[in-house]
Amino acid sequence: MIMEKNISTIQYIKRYFKRCITGPWSLICGLSVTLKYFFNPKRIVTEQYPENRKTLRMHDRYRGRLEMIEDADGNNHCTACGMCERACPNASINVLATKNIAGKKVLGRYVYHFASCTQCGLCVEACPFGAIQMSPAFEVATTDPNDLEMILNKKEGQG
Amino acid sequence: MSHQLPPGFRLERKSNTEEFFINMGPQHPSTHGALRLTLRMDGETIVEVVPHFGYIHRGMEKQAESMSYLQYIAMSDRQDYLTAIQNNLGVVIALEKGMNVGVPLRGEYIRVMLQELGRIASHLVFYGCFGGDLGGQTCLLFGFKEREMIHDMLEEVTGSRLTTNFFRPGGSRYDVPDTFIPRVKAFLDHMEDTMKDYERFLSKNIIVLERSIGIGVLSKEDAIAYGCSGPVLRASGVNFDVRRANPYSIYDQLDFDVPVFHNGDCYDRYQIRIAEIHESMKILRQCVEKFPTEGPWRSKEKPVRLPVGRYYSEIETAKGLYATYVVAATTGEKPYRIHTRGPSFPHIGAINKMAQGHKISDLVTIMATLDPVIPEIDR
Repeated sequence: MIMEKNISTIQYIKRYFKRCITGPWSLICGLSVTLKYFFNPKRIVTEQYPENRKTLRMHDRYRGRLEMIEDADGNNHCTACGMCERACPNASINVLATKNIAGKKVLGRYVYHFASCTQCGLCVEACPFGAIQMSPAFEVATTDPNDLEMILNKKEGQG
Repeated sequence: MSHQLPPGFRLERKSNTEEFFINMGPQHPSTHGALRLTLRMDGETIVEVVPHFGYIHRGMEKQAESMSYLQYIAMSDRQDYLTAIQNNLGVVIALEKGMNVGVPLRGEYIRVMLQELGRIASHLVFYGCFGGDLGGQTCLLFGFKEREMIHDMLEEVTGSRLTTNFFRPGGSRYDVPDTFIPRVKAFLDHMEDTMKDYERFLSKNIIVLERSIGIGVLSKEDAIAYGCSGPVLRASGVNFDVRRANPYSIYDQLDFDVPVFHNGDCYDRYQIRIAEIHESMKILRQCVEKFPTEGPWRSKEKPVRLPVGRYYSEIETAKGLYATYVVAATTGEKPYRIHTRGPSFPHIGAINKMAQGHKISDLVTIMATLDPVIPEIDR
């Protein structure tokens, strides 16, 4: 309520009747905006999500879950340097190195804990070899918590 | 009857009234998150309000001591999630002062444009929540409709809608794509029309006027004394905007006004945000015209290592003054201490002053116009 102390009775009555007119008119003005949107289907921005799943594409830079860039044979560029592991703020990455037959340090397993990942993308930025990227996958929900622990590489690293 | 008051309440208990205490929150929808307000009521009139914080305290400043500077930029997204892109800049400017790197002109324009887009997005959430808290759920959808367009642009540029993690010392993480400038232009043209609808819908609505004019008045002196900043301070008649008072980035080269209102009530705090959306659009129009098509967008990349010293930055986010204070005790990539001064905390401190003598429904209006974000208060 608007509280005004020093106001005469005539002024009060004048204001009362003025508001009786302007008040409902302001409501009609607001309602006209609603009706404008109601009768103008071009302004509708809602996406029919599960139906348009096939055509729905994320932007190129969208940060979904982490994935390893692999060629057709499943080879990767990772050298198990561990820069991504150091860059990660919440320890979602474990790079487990191993030795190949020649005795050189190569990537054994690239363990990725998706449950604790915040998709900040610092690992991708830190990688000096361009071995990892953030995938545009956005439907990453799962019913099994074990799915959230993943091993990203199919093959051992080439070194 | 015991004369012991619950903790936090200071006023003397009167003998002739039957006062009672109620909790508002921490799960109340209009407290904008996990904030608990304890109200001391005399009938339906509020005598005293005591806010309680800490329901989502994550210890960010302590965590920062074991993090690298780059990781803290990602952390700043999680403070005020509505203005994440602005928090990024606040941290980055402090780091740049330590590293002594500059930003190319194109990089500065990218920064300013994303800042202003973030500001519009945050004010649109305010518009929606303000309408929603007063009982008009339609506003909520109106505000979020245009905000969605901004977030789509942010997603294209930064890769994420809310937690952007975009700016880096010396520029930003990526250059903007070629489609960005046309999209901003299209958005501005669309927004120009839509703002008329917005104002027509809410600004003269009799219910909004009756429920916000004269409610929650914060005087000029009180606003300064409580440390308010941003739209709340400017609605009380203080002309202070960090973009003008202490310009960062290229705000000193841009032509914009700082809207100031003088009543300090809820309606002024609503109006000032609408006026700020118009000013942000004015800045964006200038940036779109002046945007350098050629040239580097970030300076030469080098590792983020700060020399020993203390570095301070302050920027104007949509909520108010956001300051970062970095103490580097050893030369390296980890801070000794990072302190953040967020805008929402002082605003909640002033709520007792504003709400005294009003009703509970007015407290909801006051909360909405303060526009607090609880994760930023608790950190």
